[in-house]
Amino acid sequence: MALMVAVFLPLLAALLCWLKPLRSIAWGITVFCLAVSFAATVVTAGQVLGRGRVVAIPGWIEVDGLGCLVLLLVTFVCTLAAIYAGGYMRHGSSSKARLWWFYSNYNLLVFALAVVPAIKRTNLVWVGVELVTLFATLLVAYESTAGALEASWKMAILTIMGAPISLFGFLVLYWAFRSAGGGLAETWAGLYAMSSTMPPNLLKFSFLLVFVGFGAKAGLAPMHTWLPDAHSQAPTPVCAVLSGVKTTVPLYVILRFLSIILASPEARLGEWMVVIGLFSVGIAAFLLLQVREYKRMFAFSTVEHMGIILVAAGFATHEAAYGAMAQMLNHAITKSLCFYAAGMVLLALGTRQISEVRGLFRTSPFAGSALLLCSLAIAGAPPFPIFLSEFSILSAGLRAGHPAAVTILAIFIVIAFVAILLQVNGMLFGKPQPSAPAAAIPLSCRTAVVLAAIPVVILGVYIPGPVHSLLTLAAQQLGGR
Amino acid sequence: MSGTHTQLIDGLNALTAGLVLLSAFGMVTTRQVQGVIRFLVVQSLFVAASAFLIGFDRRSTDLVELGVIMIASKVITIPWVLRRMLPGEVYERREINQAVNIPSSLLLALLLAIAAEFLVGPLVATTSDPVIHVNLPIGMAGLLIGGYTLIARREAIPQLIGLLAMENGAFFAGISIAPDLPLIAELAIAIDVILIAVVVGLLTRNITETIGTSEAAAMSELREEPHSWR
Repeated sequence: MALMVAVFLPLLAALLCWLKPLRSIAWGITVFCLAVSFAATVVTAGQVLGRGRVVAIPGWIEVDGLGCLVLLLVTFVCTLAAIYAGGYMRHGSSSKARLWWFYSNYNLLVFALAVVPAIKRTNLVWVGVELVTLFATLLVAYESTAGALEASWKMAILTIMGAPISLFGFLVLYWAFRSAGGGLAETWAGLYAMSSTMPPNLLKFSFLLVFVGFGAKAGLAPMHTWLPDAHSQAPTPVCAVLSGVKTTVPLYVILRFLSIILASPEARLGEWMVVIGLFSVGIAAFLLLQVREYKRMFAFSTVEHMGIILVAAGFATHEAAYGAMAQMLNHAITKSLCFYAAGMVLLALGTRQISEVRGLFRTSPFAGSALLLCSLAIAGAPPFPIFLSEFSILSAGLRAGHPAAVTILAIFIVIAFVAILLQVNGMLFGKPQPSAPAAAIPLSCRTAVVLAAIPVVILGVYIPGPVHSLLTLAAQQLGGR
Repeated sequence: MSGTHTQLIDGLNALTAGLVLLSAFGMVTTRQVQGVIRFLVVQSLFVAASAFLIGFDRRSTDLVELGVIMIASKVITIPWVLRRMLPGEVYERREINQAVNIPSSLLLALLLAIAAEFLVGPLVATTSDPVIHVNLPIGMAGLLIGGYTLIARREAIPQLIGLLAMENGAFFAGISIAPDLPLIAELAIAIDVILIAVVVGLLTRNITETIGTSEAAAMSELREEPHSWR
């Protein structure tokens, strides 16, 4: 029951926002429904920890540990982003007349994001991921400026082009499933159970197609080029959702599929995932050095982290899988905080350029402190959670027998660390530009930032028992040696 | 009796496969926006025809449903939606500067069709089903040529049509490799494809209104410029 509420309440919220008499309170409806949805997910997570899985509609809607973790991230990030949107959209958006449309679309995006981890049938997973892409594209174009339209067009072409490719992949997967004799339903669990009997040729081919199609959506290099443009142009709450969970969800599907491949004895692709992941991390690390806009900077950091998660999954051990899950969790909560901070800088100073922001501590101490906190956290400085998960991935890689990959990964992570802190250093200190006084930051934005900062600070020093159990459960579903 | 009957069906299916491929070439060579849309409709009709043929031969209602869904979505709904949404001048447009000229495009498309044959060769070898031998390589070719159209075109609508042609390729292969896909999945996929057309059409309209042209290549403001460290 709680699972149904968690998944379908956003859809109801989208409908309510659409109704004429309720349009003026669209924000309230959105925040309330998403908060309830988040609470329901927490309840579901408790049930998952007790029973291993929660079934809402047998054969259709069901979550296991991994699905529940992703659902938890989706509802958490989207709820806070909705709170943040209240003040941000009122002050920072040019087209205020269609706010109800924004919230309605936003709720649809949340619904699509929540469906993907909860739906059992793999064919419908494809539909869910495509819906995510479509709603996200519309939200990026919300401001209707030339820049926003260009960004969303690039995003549409690059990410929707993946749709037919991955559809082809899912059809081949269905073929592989049928030629193995069937018997079980075509679900992730069913596929996993049959992984050794499916023809490895078909399985590999279908994985490659899905990987190309969904890799673009997850922002893996070299198909990441839409990501920085979309993040520089989209309204900031949308950026938080895009970077925090919209990239995570296609990656989740890739990881699920990868676990099936890794369980099949002949179709080994783990090493390739390590190479492709490292490529993303490397590209992002060097682009971080030369980026000029701070929102783009955080976008490139997303490419980096998606790469790290893929590398960890490619190591294919239980330990590395745990690291990958922890990294997924930590990235989602930290990256959304980064965009809340970046959005406050944009609200306060009205510029996107790094070079035009100087002495932020003096002009806007609240935004400055938030930016310092989130940059340290996202770059992976101790004692923040990303430091812990990156460290556990590196050590798991060493134990899995990949010293070369671990060395390269460590070098790239250090480059990215230095790049982010150099860029932010310039923004925080120095002489503020005398031109314009900083605008005030709305209360709802401050609230969202404080709420988002709590887990980022706590998880770095103390991982509560239930969180650890959920991560372990999720890592088990990824398989590995 | 049933042997020659099946042979006839397989022959007809091979013919529709050839026509699907030909309409993909047609999309590559046509400059007129309207003409590209017509080729998509024709191609979708042939994909549906293949679904009907095989469905009839194997007494499979799933495939007949797939054919009906195909016609309802790509032959009727999508052209109608695009017609309603977009201003007439987008339709009238002819593409003047293409990234690659038409003869070279045609050559590339041919090469892609051959590449598709090689790509799926190992997969086809695992089965003796004659329909898979025809539909899978042609479907892959449709996917690749559609993808090429998407990359090489400069106009928004031909880019969208390239995307839908890619989807046609996937469906065409799906007739052979996933003939009993559950109806709900087929419906969901079809609705999703329609939504893609609506969203891209909406974007195109906004772009035409804001920037004044539906030429996607005109948008090139956002790019990465190196940071100068002072």
